[in-house]
Amino acid sequence: MASNGSYSNERPSSGGDAPEYATDPASGSFFHSDYKKHEDLKQMLDSNKDSLKLEAMKRIIGMVAKGRDASDLFPAVVKNVVSKNIEVKKLVYVYLVRYAEEQQDLALLSISTFQRALKDPNQLIRASALRVLSSIRVPMIVPIVMLAIKDSASDMSPYVRKTAAHAIPKLYSLDQEQKEELIHVIEKLLSDKTTLVVGSAVMAFEEVCPERIDLIHKNYRKLCNLLVDVDEWGQVIIINMLTRYARTQFTDPNADDAGEESQNKPFYDDDGDDDEEDDGEEQKKEEKTKKTYTLDPDHRLLLRNTKPLLQSRNASVVMGVAQLYHHLAPRSEVMVVAKALIRLLRSHREVQSVVLNCIASISTLRKGMFEPFLKSFFVRTSDPTHIKLLKLEILTNLATETSISVILREFQTYISSHDKEFVAAAIQAIGRCASNIKEVTDSCLSGLVSLLSNRDEAVVAESVVVIKKLLQTQPSEHKDIIIHMAKLVDFIAVPQARASILWLLGEYSDRVPKIAPDVLRKMSKTFINEEDIVKLQILNLAVKLYLTNPKQTKLLCQYVFSLARYDQNYDIRDRARFLRQFIFPSAGLENSKLAKHAKKIFLATKPAPVLESKFKDSEEESSEEGTSEEDDSSEVEESSREESESGSLESDIQELGERKGKMVDTKPKNNEVKKSGKADSNETSEESDSDEAEDDSSEEEETDSSESSSNDKRRPPVKKLHARTANDDNPTPEPKPKSNLDLLLELDDVPPAITPVLTPSLGGFLTPLSASVMPVTSASVQPASPSFIPLKTTELLNKISGRGLHVLSRFTRSPHLFSPAMVSVELTFTNLGTEELKDIRVSQKTLPAGMSMHDFATISVLPVNATLPGTIGVDFNDSTQPVSFTLAVGEVQHNQVTIKAPVGELIRAVTMPEPLFISEQSKLRGMNEHSAVVNLLPSCNDQKTVCQRVFEVSNVAAIPSVDSKCLRFAGQTLSSKSLVLVTIKILENDQANISVNCEKMVVGSMLLNEIKSHLRD
Amino acid sequence: MVSSINMIHSLFIINSSGDVFMEKHWKSVVSRSVCDYFFDQQRKVGNPEDMPPVIATPHHYLISIHRCCMFFVAVCMTEVPPLFVSEFLHRVVDTFEDYFSECTESIIKEHYVVVYELLDEMLDNGFPLATESNILKELIKPPNILRTIANTVTGKSNVSATLPSGQLSNVPWRRTGVKYTNNEAYFDVVEEVDAIIDKAGSTVFAEIQGYIDCCIKLSGMPDLTLSFMNPRLFDDVSFHPCVRFKRWESERILSFIPPDGNFRLMSYHIGSQNIVAIPIYVRHNISFREAGGGRLDITVGPKQTIGRTVESVMIEIPMPKAVLNCSLVPNQGKYSFDPVSKVLIWDVGRIDTAKLPSLRGTINLQSGTTAVESNPAINVQFTISQLAVSGLKVNRLDMYGEKYKPFKGVKYITKAGRFQIRM
Repeated sequence: MASNGSYSNERPSSGGDAPEYATDPASGSFFHSDYKKHEDLKQMLDSNKDSLKLEAMKRIIGMVAKGRDASDLFPAVVKNVVSKNIEVKKLVYVYLVRYAEEQQDLALLSISTFQRALKDPNQLIRASALRVLSSIRVPMIVPIVMLAIKDSASDMSPYVRKTAAHAIPKLYSLDQEQKEELIHVIEKLLSDKTTLVVGSAVMAFEEVCPERIDLIHKNYRKLCNLLVDVDEWGQVIIINMLTRYARTQFTDPNADDAGEESQNKPFYDDDGDDDEEDDGEEQKKEEKTKKTYTLDPDHRLLLRNTKPLLQSRNASVVMGVAQLYHHLAPRSEVMVVAKALIRLLRSHREVQSVVLNCIASISTLRKGMFEPFLKSFFVRTSDPTHIKLLKLEILTNLATETSISVILREFQTYISSHDKEFVAAAIQAIGRCASNIKEVTDSCLSGLVSLLSNRDEAVVAESVVVIKKLLQTQPSEHKDIIIHMAKLVDFIAVPQARASILWLLGEYSDRVPKIAPDVLRKMSKTFINEEDIVKLQILNLAVKLYLTNPKQTKLLCQYVFSLARYDQNYDIRDRARFLRQFIFPSAGLENSKLAKHAKKIFLATKPAPVLESKFKDSEEESSEEGTSEEDDSSEVEESSREESESGSLESDIQELGERKGKMVDTKPKNNEVKKSGKADSNETSEESDSDEAEDDSSEEEETDSSESSSNDKRRPPVKKLHARTANDDNPTPEPKPKSNLDLLLELDDVPPAITPVLTPSLGGFLTPLSASVMPVTSASVQPASPSFIPLKTTELLNKISGRGLHVLSRFTRSPHLFSPAMVSVELTFTNLGTEELKDIRVSQKTLPAGMSMHDFATISVLPVNATLPGTIGVDFNDSTQPVSFTLAVGEVQHNQVTIKAPVGELIRAVTMPEPLFISEQSKLRGMNEHSAVVNLLPSCNDQKTVCQRVFEVSNVAAIPSVDSKCLRFAGQTLSSKSLVLVTIKILENDQANISVNCEKMVVGSMLLNEIKSHLRD
Repeated sequence: MVSSINMIHSLFIINSSGDVFMEKHWKSVVSRSVCDYFFDQQRKVGNPEDMPPVIATPHHYLISIHRCCMFFVAVCMTEVPPLFVSEFLHRVVDTFEDYFSECTESIIKEHYVVVYELLDEMLDNGFPLATESNILKELIKPPNILRTIANTVTGKSNVSATLPSGQLSNVPWRRTGVKYTNNEAYFDVVEEVDAIIDKAGSTVFAEIQGYIDCCIKLSGMPDLTLSFMNPRLFDDVSFHPCVRFKRWESERILSFIPPDGNFRLMSYHIGSQNIVAIPIYVRHNISFREAGGGRLDITVGPKQTIGRTVESVMIEIPMPKAVLNCSLVPNQGKYSFDPVSKVLIWDVGRIDTAKLPSLRGTINLQSGTTAVESNPAINVQFTISQLAVSGLKVNRLDMYGEKYKPFKGVKYITKAGRFQIRM
């Protein structure tokens, strides 16, 4: 080998004449760890055979790849930087970039080679020299790199210029002193007109001088226009930068919507739209009222040019545009991104997870946006748990009065999942829906109560926690539920659940005056074996009972406190010492303020916890698509934020219920169950330490339970528990006739053969069909979800005549919960007055014959500047006659409002196979057919636009058709369920023939007119 | 020194047994001990599917993807758009699959030099540089046996010395100077049916996810247009960057200069607004409540298939933990039950309408367990060739810019996507 060293190593590879090296036995195994081989490698690198050098370099790269130290080879490797063999050279570069930082002096040896290469006529060589040179992190070469970057930034080849842009952040991270000079280069590169360069130039801008927004002004329009042709990664960078730019430079198009109408100055009707983006932004913002506001042309340019990128195959581009629209588009235009985001859900799991996170936070702000895609969030058992939880979160966020039936039925199926974490989350989700949507609170609550008899302890425990929260939000009487929960203490071992029950008993002990002391008695017996969280609640219960009922509980209370005094946990000892001062004040302090006000302190009414999305507050950060949204700790924070500050000593008590409970799967304590089971049945005598009061209490309890088991059919669990504990009577529960809402949440064990069938009146989009009808499904008319949901609102009541109350209405096109024949109208109440409005409700209705109306839930308080939604259902009986009713606010009665539904809203979308459509259509000829020919505007002569226009006018569904010139739509009138069939034939010369077939002639002709006028303009 | 706010700092590739077997740093070296945070998280979640895509550590963000039984973990110093990184990592794996025809630990180890060279070209200083397969293939030739032998004999390398011409043109995705003796263009229209069917057999949710994969081997710079009989069907589409969006918007025609070789031209989505034909039904009856174990009875049949046969049907049921074993009798195909993962798989094959495939028998439950509360769900796989279930039809393909006459072909396939039946 040494003899070969005399050959010039300039010699190009000829190969073949050194067979002994070419068949090096070691070449196959690059991952071996023998360090002595390095000698070997050095010799190979010193040889003049390119094949040997290559082999050696490959093995060295193998070491680098494995993360092994190969730094001692640096001198031998760096020499080969001059190699003519391009592959050797490349590998040397890789090595150099990896180790130059550690061996700075030696690395300097290679610099002259790069300097020479920077002048090479081949652009690839120039570019790669600059790439490597700038990647060598040796502070000494900063001036050289600076010079190289400056030169390359004005290179002929865009590829080299691109590389120069890439080199800028590298140099900047090496030496921040160079910033000013680098900014000059960036400025130059930003003005480059090649798509290849601009992406990288913006990247350099973002990394070095994101604050120099002035550099963007003159390039803004160019960047917008080039955007579509830039490579995907550059697009992401540019979109993110432009989002930031536009948010700081343009007016927020939605600024006026956010309840700031009171600030509007109606006298200023200034509609002067100066196109200057830089000047007068501040003024504009103030001057513009909602109606006169139009987007700045440059703002519009950005929105227009980014929209096609929603069709990108790259998820991060789509997300970037979605983010841009979220922040910058007028409210009505944001909808377009929903579809694209839904598409991303089919992508890889990681993408799905990030997108769901974003949707979850957007959906707290914009419910309507994802409403049409509700079903895309239905959970599959094959989804990973965290995806399931996110979907659940979104479904809960999207729940409205109209979609709740569908969502609850989904939740119901989730409860029988194997995945316990998911089941727990589903139960919590039901709780959230129940507290957010008043119409279903009761049915949810009874559903949850029935879950208490579930065989799975985790399910029971979670239900207890959720019920506790619901009871707290509902101040009304729920004595039976509380009694029922009290009994559960004997069987549930999950500490969170036990603690929740105890808290509930303490809080509402006045409703169950006989039971609570008995529970305390039982708990005092098991005190030492309880978990800490439960012990704290026992103390709490003891204090509260002592305050309300000292006669019965004084001794028990003392007993518990003396147990707690010697507890192992210092928290409990502390708490006991602390609480003791309230009820057993030490001598001399009997009249202290604390003891006097103990009642006030402990028995104050606590604000109910607010059950809301954990994404609600974090929407700002997470919709920024920041990485931290995955942070675990945030969840804890969120959950603790949920806790209401009660101001009393009870904050931790609230807390325990709110914790996203970790389900501790402990086995039920069998002996305990037996023991207390006995106590529960009919013996009381052998309790040695019982007061005289106990007899009463257990008797009372008994009568209570038997009473409830015979009276209250919603509570099969009571009987079950009895069956397990004592051989009591087992009356079979007789199902009482169930209302619509009861059926929504039939969470009890359902035999697998019976499917929860939705009552026909709900007839929404999810009516399950029984198995026997399956084969004909294809040939039948099925309800479909609306293709378009109008966002347009109509002012129902203005703030002047409403005395501060402002009401908007909107047709949601979703089936109304109360009856499928009703049109759902969403009302948005805003208080623009100066005083809070109380008790907003419907007082008088004047309905034409045949119509009916379902009122919105009364709004008890509407604070100043607050906005609350409500939904009414109106059965218009297929006519366009208006309904009018009076909105009463407190004592004021005379806010007469009138709602008139356009004919298109009296229809529900249905789908059917095309042959059926044609046969149905042929039945509706003659008087039932209305047709006309219209001239289409040039702006809406393609099919997509025509479809869109038709969807806007009426709630119909498109029927897939074989004939591409013929568009078919189908719907059904809400009241009479008569088919409405619309056919549009696109003719030559931009004309279209529209025909509407409907049994109801009035509906048919009115719909035809509406469509006609909508297609014409 | 302020940490630079660049995208990807380092990449670690971790195999299924938790070894970091390859690392690559684009800037100063980040110790592989940073992966400990990743392993901690992994221990916490158990299932690799449940790995959160982003893990925040005190000094870094770890963004990972799980593919081919390996984790690709990118280390970032600052907050970055997470999708940017995961999308890029997926692109890396796609490139490996493209180069080595599959992507496994042993293949990556075997081709570590090419892998390293690729990673070096794909990222510069943590920012994506060249990710188009056509460009990469010009820079670094994919390994194949013939070339490896030739290279050892001649001493030539698989690294090119010239700049890929595509980099500079307006069609960066296509290499120049393409020549074929047989000019061919094949289009596969693949549609996947995603559905959730409830217990009673009615459709809770159904939609179609379709894509058009191309294999285009055409000389020169062909400019193609592809039109559909019924483009109205598409609810939402996404395109390869080569597709001219303006023409699609105005005429509903795909106009593009294709990359050379295999690529995905477009993906589309036909949502729940349209009625999706469900080509298969499963009648099932499962119970765990009977004495001496449960019973299972499944029958599969075709529906709405327009006369095509349903093939490669596969039924997969993840059973509850309490199930010990199954003794079942299929009248067609084979079934297997894995007592560890508790998954029952029945490989049905094609469905003959004359005699519907069925599987029935008993399920042995662990003694002493209380009855199983929940019923499992059935995952179904199937394939129907020569059918696009949405009814999508390619109308015509035209070529401009070149003189020769290419051979054209379109194939339609319908498959099950995420197709689930609740029991």
